[in-house]
Amino acid sequence: MTEKEPYIIHARDLRKKFGSFTAVDGISFHLVPGECLGLLGPNGAGKTSTIRMVYGFSPMTSGHLDLFGLDMNTNWRQIKSRIGVCQQENNLDPDLSVLQNLEVFARYFNIARKEIRDRSIQLLKFIALENRKDDKVTSLSGGMMRRLVLARALINNPELLVMDEPTSGLDPQARHQVWERLELLQENGLSILLTTHYMDEASRLCERLIIMDHGKVLVEGRPDDLVRSYAGEHVVEIVNPGREVKELVDAHDFVHDTLDHRMIIYGRETDGLFDLIGDKFCRQGCIKRLATLEDVFLRLTGRELRE
Amino acid sequence: MNGMLQIANISWRFIRVWNRNMLVYRRIWFVNLLVPLFEPLLYLAAFGVGLSALVGRVQYHGEEISYIVFIAPALLAITMMYNSFFENTYASFVRMYYQKTFDAMLATPLSMEDIIAGEIAWGATKSVIATTIVLAVVSFFRLVYYPHALLILPLSFLGGLAFGTIGMIFTGLVPSIEMFNLPIFLFITPMFLFSGTFFPISALPGWAQTLSSALPLTHLVNLCRAFCLGEITPDLTWSIAYITIMFVLLFPIALMVMRKKLIN
Repeated sequence: MTEKEPYIIHARDLRKKFGSFTAVDGISFHLVPGECLGLLGPNGAGKTSTIRMVYGFSPMTSGHLDLFGLDMNTNWRQIKSRIGVCQQENNLDPDLSVLQNLEVFARYFNIARKEIRDRSIQLLKFIALENRKDDKVTSLSGGMMRRLVLARALINNPELLVMDEPTSGLDPQARHQVWERLELLQENGLSILLTTHYMDEASRLCERLIIMDHGKVLVEGRPDDLVRSYAGEHVVEIVNPGREVKELVDAHDFVHDTLDHRMIIYGRETDGLFDLIGDKFCRQGCIKRLATLEDVFLRLTGRELRE
Repeated sequence: MNGMLQIANISWRFIRVWNRNMLVYRRIWFVNLLVPLFEPLLYLAAFGVGLSALVGRVQYHGEEISYIVFIAPALLAITMMYNSFFENTYASFVRMYYQKTFDAMLATPLSMEDIIAGEIAWGATKSVIATTIVLAVVSFFRLVYYPHALLILPLSFLGGLAFGTIGMIFTGLVPSIEMFNLPIFLFITPMFLFSGTFFPISALPGWAQTLSSALPLTHLVNLCRAFCLGEITPDLTWSIAYITIMFVLLFPIALMVMRKKLIN
């Protein structure tokens, strides 16, 4: 990358079609060095299709994609040697041991043999699996496997780490283990692109988020800003709201969503939502809480089931 | 993408895929070597000893040879076909579909074409390893003529490339692993029986002889038999050319069907 290149990833009008189905519908985004960018969206939103194009797995139907200032269509091999990838499915090599998984993978990157052992052991220490190095990968727990996938993605000292749902299917302990390591990597300046549908993961790890649906970017911004813009600061949820609540909401022109048996009211810092709702309306089946990214997500992508 | 253009995506890195398979092979080398060591013994016992008593001697190229000498080269040719074909069908399919090994490789600087080239080169290598062992076994029984029989070894690589490529095309085409039964039934088993393996093709009716001489295994058996008997004749060039051309023509097709399968 030259000094002038401001973007690690620069995607313009990226499109991916499978037959007549458009999975990614002309999205544009960028990732600056050292940043963690999260792609959020419900299942089928086009997240995985997008990052598969980014790591050179899936050819784009149209658009432009540069990584490190290089065109993916022509410099894919060079680009792929500079990124690390954690795919969604566990594809550790079951025929090989834990250590061999790293060493064999390192050879795909043409890393010199004498460097490989040191680097592999160092990475096994980083993911706390050094004592399992000669075990078969099939004997590892789900969380250990995911950590090993992470270590494998780091074997080539990547400048960009691309992760497709890095912690899905893990228990809370295992998720935190992965997060802590990712935070360490971020501190060392690694750029990260990840997809997730865990809102806590997105807001904890990512400086900037893109929420997408139906192959398009809905919104983009810092997690806090997105929450403030699309859900406010305070939220009150009332189960089976009476007529008075509805009148109050209408009178103050509060932003709200009406569900079957529940009303969700979004308030700003200054409008005193909690005081107004007060004890009068908020007794049983009422929740007062801070607005979260999940509110933003559900408001933007809707509440109906996708699959 | 056109298969010929895809060849440009092959780099020396394909050897890394070969390395990976070799490493796994060496982990259970003992079991891997046992089969090519004992299988020819079974064949030699059943056909060479058992059937030989009924058949007696066989007329081949105007010469009379013992039945066991007749079938020994066929065992070598069949070993080449089986080892490469099965490696690049069942074993490659397992790596591709069940283990997602190819998906992981595709996130590295390896191209899809490097992976397939490495897999086919590995299938051919397995053919060489197994053929070497079978050759040692039949040599032990003094059934082959040296030094000509050493030509069997480079031939086992070429034959392995050709049959591995055919296997890889089926791997790119079949929707599930059970479907390999079909090409085996339609293609491998008829060749095993009718390629001049266990009886000379001159015993077949004329139309069947023509059909048989179009089968790649027939050419491999011809070559093996010539090398084992020490009868190198100019017409063997045709058989070499046949197998080489088949590989050269089918390899881009294997790349094409695998790209269709893997890249979307």
